[in-house]
Amino acid sequence: MSTATNLSSTDRWDEFMEGVWRQNPLFVMVLGLCPALAVTVSAVNALSMGLATTFVLTCSCLLVSLLRKMIPKEVRIATYIVIIATFVTVVDYVIQAVSLALYDALGAFIQLIVVNCIILGRAEAHASKNPPLPAMLNALGMSAGFTLGLFALGAVREILGAGTLFGISLFGPHFQPWVVMVLPPGGFFVLGLWLLVFAAIARRKQDKLAEAAGHA
Amino acid sequence: MSQATDALTVSTPTVGMIRTLGLVAALCGLIIVSAYQGTYDAVQENKRIAVERAVFKVIPVATSIVEYLAPGSGAPQKVGTGGTAPAGSIKFYAGYDKDGHLAGIAAEGAAKGYADTVRILFAWDPAQATITGFGVVSSRETPGIGDKIVVDKDFLANFPLAAPLSDDRMVLAHEIRTVKHGTKTQPWEIDAIAGATITSRAVGKAINEAAQALVPRLVPHLDALKEKS
Repeated sequence: MSTATNLSSTDRWDEFMEGVWRQNPLFVMVLGLCPALAVTVSAVNALSMGLATTFVLTCSCLLVSLLRKMIPKEVRIATYIVIIATFVTVVDYVIQAVSLALYDALGAFIQLIVVNCIILGRAEAHASKNPPLPAMLNALGMSAGFTLGLFALGAVREILGAGTLFGISLFGPHFQPWVVMVLPPGGFFVLGLWLLVFAAIARRKQDKLAEAAGHA
Repeated sequence: MSQATDALTVSTPTVGMIRTLGLVAALCGLIIVSAYQGTYDAVQENKRIAVERAVFKVIPVATSIVEYLAPGSGAPQKVGTGGTAPAGSIKFYAGYDKDGHLAGIAAEGAAKGYADTVRILFAWDPAQATITGFGVVSSRETPGIGDKIVVDKDFLANFPLAAPLSDDRMVLAHEIRTVKHGTKTQPWEIDAIAGATITSRAVGKAINEAAQALVPRLVPHLDALKEKS
């Protein structure tokens, strides 16, 4: 029997899957489009951006949740932003230390994680009202959903726009790259297609549920 | 949640707010400083490797690099020897071959391209007074069009470019400029890539501006740079 203070494992799984699927930040809530469209020209960039956001989101939600009882409501937004900006700065240094090429590829979008609405939204709507463990699980789920979304965009754009995946050539030297896919308009095309796919899956699920209800 | 409703009606005293903000700021400051200190060495090492790689690419025979600053007047100073170079000094890299002889000078230039500023690193050969080649430091030019400047064989065939100084040794004798595709007639002109004229022009402009500023400062002091010290 699960107690009130300890989450059962299904609750934990639900908390995590909330962001990955039901409330996927990119494909369901359509948030964080600025980095989603700008840096997803390759699978590596998309994954790195996803991991950077994961780190910032999880750490800030943990800290916000730990401090939630002592943050006065009047200055809560200022406090959240300071906390988020701190972890963005950390990620900025870490990426520079790992690879300058990656740092140049992601450009200003690393610093712009500060204003990613997913992160402030999670801090305000979830972490500030929940204990550290569920807050972190929720943040991890959201980040996983966001990373998955970025990767879905980045992989498709890299395959179509450059004929490679993770820099490995897929179609041989005679592939004529579909350049528009790695340009900004390509981001919108691919995002639109993925939204269609997600909407179709969601509708099919709903139809099935309705059918089951009709039979019963 | 009675706690939450209480918190909404009772306002926090100013001291409480300042205390919380101060504490959070101190905590965050601590985290940032540790991250900075923890990654400093790796970041500097990465930057050094990136510069070296770029310089070795434009001066292929070089095996070692010395970083210099060229002030408006007077001899170039080595970077990192303690002396402070006057403001307005231009940074350049002297590449030496395996015997310690000067193989070429590399310096950065920048000009507005199609999408954003194109930053390049070009090599100048003091013995021949030519620009021997260039590499891209950063650019956001259109993939497949503007980024051809580093792979297009005809464009790369523009190099070496003649870059002798004028008689008074104040500027280059001929302005380095990019001309329309197929109209190159002089050894100091760059034949643009058809379809990527704006990016080609940015390369010419970046080289011209940087070389006009740097080369006159270097020529009087070349003897001091000739051997690796």
